[in-house]
Amino acid sequence: MQEFFAANLPYLLSGISAGGQYALIAIGYTMVYGILRLINFAHGDVFMVAGLVMVYTTASLPMYISIPIVLIATVVLGFLIERAAYKPLRSAPRMSVMISAIGVSYLLQNCALYFTGGLAQTYPAIPFLSKSVVIFGATTKMVTVITPILTIVLVFVLVALIKYTKIGMAMRAVSKDFETSQLMGIKINSVISVTFVIGCFLAAVGSLLWFSNYQSIVPTSGSMPGLKAFVAAVFGGIGSIPGAVIGAFIIGICENIIKGVGLTTFSDAFTFVLLIIILLVKPTGIFGEKATDKV
Amino acid sequence: MNTTLQPKKNKTGSYIAIVCLVVLYAILFVLDNFVTGSSMLMLMTVLRKGAIYSLLCVSMNLLNGFTGLFSLGQAGFMLIGAYAYSIFSIPRDQHDTVYQYFGGGAIKFSIAEEIGKLLGENAGNWLGAIVAIIIAGVVAAIFAALIGIPVLRLKSDYLAIATLGFAEIIRAVFQWNGLGVITNGSNLLRKYPTFADMKIGSLSFATVFPFLIVTVCIGIIVLLINSSYGRAFKAIRDDEVAAEAMGISLFRHKMLSFIISSFFAGVGGALLAMFQTTVAATAFTTAMTYEILLMVVIGGIGSVSGSCIAAFLYIACNEWWLRFLDKGGIGSVSIPFFRDGFRKVVFSIVIMVIVLFFSKGIMGDKELSFTGLVNKLKKRKAARIEAAQAQEEVDAK
Amino acid sequence: MKKIIALALVVILAFSVLTACGGGEKEDVIKIGVYEPLSGSNGAGGKQEYLGMQYVNKVCPEIEIDGKTYKIELVPADNESANEKAVSAATDLISAGVSVVLGSYGSGVSIAASDTFADAGMPAIGVTCTNPQVTEGNSHYFRICFLDPFQGTVLANFAKNELGAKTAYCLGELGNDYDQGLVHYFKEAAEGMGMKVITAEFPKDSADFTSYLTSAKNEGADVIFAPCSIQYAQLIVEQADAQGIEASLLGGDTWDSNQILGAAEGKDVEIYVSTFYAEGGDPEFEEGIKAWINENAEAKTNNGGNDMIAAVTVMGYDAYFTALEAIKAAGSADKADILAKLPSVTYEGVSSAIKFNEIGDAVRDSAYIKQANTADVVWDFVTVATVG
Repeated sequence: MQEFFAANLPYLLSGISAGGQYALIAIGYTMVYGILRLINFAHGDVFMVAGLVMVYTTASLPMYISIPIVLIATVVLGFLIERAAYKPLRSAPRMSVMISAIGVSYLLQNCALYFTGGLAQTYPAIPFLSKSVVIFGATTKMVTVITPILTIVLVFVLVALIKYTKIGMAMRAVSKDFETSQLMGIKINSVISVTFVIGCFLAAVGSLLWFSNYQSIVPTSGSMPGLKAFVAAVFGGIGSIPGAVIGAFIIGICENIIKGVGLTTFSDAFTFVLLIIILLVKPTGIFGEKATDKV
Repeated sequence: MNTTLQPKKNKTGSYIAIVCLVVLYAILFVLDNFVTGSSMLMLMTVLRKGAIYSLLCVSMNLLNGFTGLFSLGQAGFMLIGAYAYSIFSIPRDQHDTVYQYFGGGAIKFSIAEEIGKLLGENAGNWLGAIVAIIIAGVVAAIFAALIGIPVLRLKSDYLAIATLGFAEIIRAVFQWNGLGVITNGSNLLRKYPTFADMKIGSLSFATVFPFLIVTVCIGIIVLLINSSYGRAFKAIRDDEVAAEAMGISLFRHKMLSFIISSFFAGVGGALLAMFQTTVAATAFTTAMTYEILLMVVIGGIGSVSGSCIAAFLYIACNEWWLRFLDKGGIGSVSIPFFRDGFRKVVFSIVIMVIVLFFSKGIMGDKELSFTGLVNKLKKRKAARIEAAQAQEEVDAK
Repeated sequence: MKKIIALALVVILAFSVLTACGGGEKEDVIKIGVYEPLSGSNGAGGKQEYLGMQYVNKVCPEIEIDGKTYKIELVPADNESANEKAVSAATDLISAGVSVVLGSYGSGVSIAASDTFADAGMPAIGVTCTNPQVTEGNSHYFRICFLDPFQGTVLANFAKNELGAKTAYCLGELGNDYDQGLVHYFKEAAEGMGMKVITAEFPKDSADFTSYLTSAKNEGADVIFAPCSIQYAQLIVEQADAQGIEASLLGGDTWDSNQILGAAEGKDVEIYVSTFYAEGGDPEFEEGIKAWINENAEAKTNNGGNDMIAAVTVMGYDAYFTALEAIKAAGSADKADILAKLPSVTYEGVSSAIKFNEIGDAVRDSAYIKQANTADVVWDFVTVATVG
């Protein structure tokens, strides 16, 4: 029994850790979707850029300065993307905005390719996070343990923010009804900006954790985690923050169990199978609200 | 307004179009056979690839632009087409080389050779390729039908993400070693007939062949768009609820559009396989779908001719004209920002500018029609004559 | 109308640029095409291989044919480590008028471009593409490295005899024919010697290898064989250490890179690689290239930030000289002449003597096995392995 536990615990640990990191990205997707009804395809790439910024800042600055710089730079990037690429298309059809998002994703990846010269960048080891620890006989990195805890703390803070602050109330109003809330005097643009800022902040934190675990960055590093995080958001019910977090943990854990069982070929494909099943059985996800079609 | 919607008033346009096509084929034929030299090679490559991407763009446009279904599964259907074509076309004596890790594979025949046995080698070559291309399309269409039944119930972005998911699943399945005897697992498929094998005697049709297939396919799509089905597709795009109220069966028409689009994506995939001379599933990623989508946007969502123009422009810029951006300078003059990857940065900035400021693309939802062009020229001429007359009058005064 | 004008302008501009590029051509220049991945998952390796050619182009920039001196120009084309970009990259080289092509790092892209080169009658010299299919059935593709069946067998023998391994866990990238080919030959040889072999694949752009390593541990693997590109190898090394994996890591020629050493620095991992060259084989050459790398900032960045010589760089150096030998033998820059003379070309290279067999593969019967010294961050030479 104990042997079985020791052998299989690492899968669970990896799953929980990956799940926590997916969760931090998924929140960004779910919040933006909740308000703008937009799949922000560029979100995964913002996450990748955050990693690259860290690589370049730590080359010349100490860790305690670079981490805040990374957080700020990512937030600014998110804000700028929203203003430059999504705001002009506010009244355009949804497909145009989505295409714009794909364009931004393409641009970020190509810029990353240009600046890195196509070489994989090694992420700096953050002293505390990169330490190895032994849990019940399974050796792993400190970050694996920290991730779920940090994720849950951040989610609680975020939920409190949305529930009890004025801007949180505004966000909820906007996601319920875009036009009406505008009529009620809510400044739509600032609410949307705040949404992007929060989403990108969490993506930056996610990138710190993710790349501490897997210390190599290439321009496409963000796309798969981004897609999986989006699937997690859909799984949990898009627009719902707790849903996105639970979805992310489920996907992270399932994915690693699939690898453990030996079906390694399908570890990515499995995520999409899960997505299609949930879309067919319960399109609104586990925690999603029933959407009504307006004619 | 879409000019092709109305019945043609005069036939001049069609005649000009036919003449243009014939001239185009003639030029391509001459280029294929009598113009040699390495500098022409790039032009030929761009023309072939451009033609293939035109078809892919038009097939995606049929779905996204004309039916309003936002699908991101194009790469998946292309993959199926490319694999179907190459699996059935690899010559018998090459099986052991290609399927080196899988004991020569499970499929022990090649369509071209079977037809060649019946009708002679030349006919086998051409008919075999065409039959294999059609099979590629049909297999893609069958997959589309299977996927469409559950997926087409979904709305806009859910549909996009579900089709994207399917494309990823298809890619994993085709790379699986368990199917290796058919798909060759992670290894390349190769040695099947390519454009270079399209010959009659010593005359090469390496560029004419893809253009022929692509014009026929696009012609069929245009006919479809102008038929009652096409009008139903557009009605669904503009307003689903109203279309349903008008008695259009939503599911049936969406399904039809999805299957037809996938059929041509499969054909495009087969042509791409012929172009590349090797096929590997890794290439058919979502990035490929995005690329085609961006071409459609540049050309104008809902314009067939726009898609074609954009495809040729995109391929020519990406593969040829803008390559100097990667080379560190023009000639011997070195320019500071020019190095590997700069081409792609410039390219993506241009795309963003188009998406944001010229969201209609090159053609909007209009078509480049020869009738329209002739009318426009006539009008312009008339206007010029009028202006000249007015000027004369003014002068006279 | 405006749009048409704009379009016409773009076309004219592009053509003028092109003619400007082509106009600079001089009579006494011989162009050698470099067909390498300069970006993508194999970008690091491709750049290191190109580095060897760039260096030798500085050392030996001219060639004398019939008493006339020609300048040699390297023309690079980036295949982006992607098979679908292969055709246009190859066409780019052909239309630039190169006489012979060197490359590529990575077998898939070489196979994918092979037919394009063949149609143009372009001789190509593979530098480190080890898959048998690159040269098989081709009269225009040659290579100066050893092959996967050989390398897989060598590594299996080493795992069995030197490391005493009973169980091996093989990990390769899904859809990468280099990885899968090498795993296939390793498995064949290892199972033939009575070892237990478990295989697994990871999808493209994977970052999380922890579960694979856990599986390897649970299966009781003594050696983990992961012949993947550097990008993934770095992650595997790093995570193997974090998870306290005791099994030895075994890599193919791609692993012989200072970036792997960088990832392994100060870590508790045992890494063995098979490769073409061991440092110290030719001190004079090494001194020269190290001085050049240290002087040249861009070269140093492309070499991963230090001056350690990768085997692929040495191979790039040898490939350049092999091409020069062929040009000399042909007595002209004409590709058909070079192609005719290439099979009989021999060259005493830094990595080994180069001679082609009837298929066009180099006659090489030995591979170097090296171990990563994680304390001093160098490769320690272990043994020269041969088969048969």
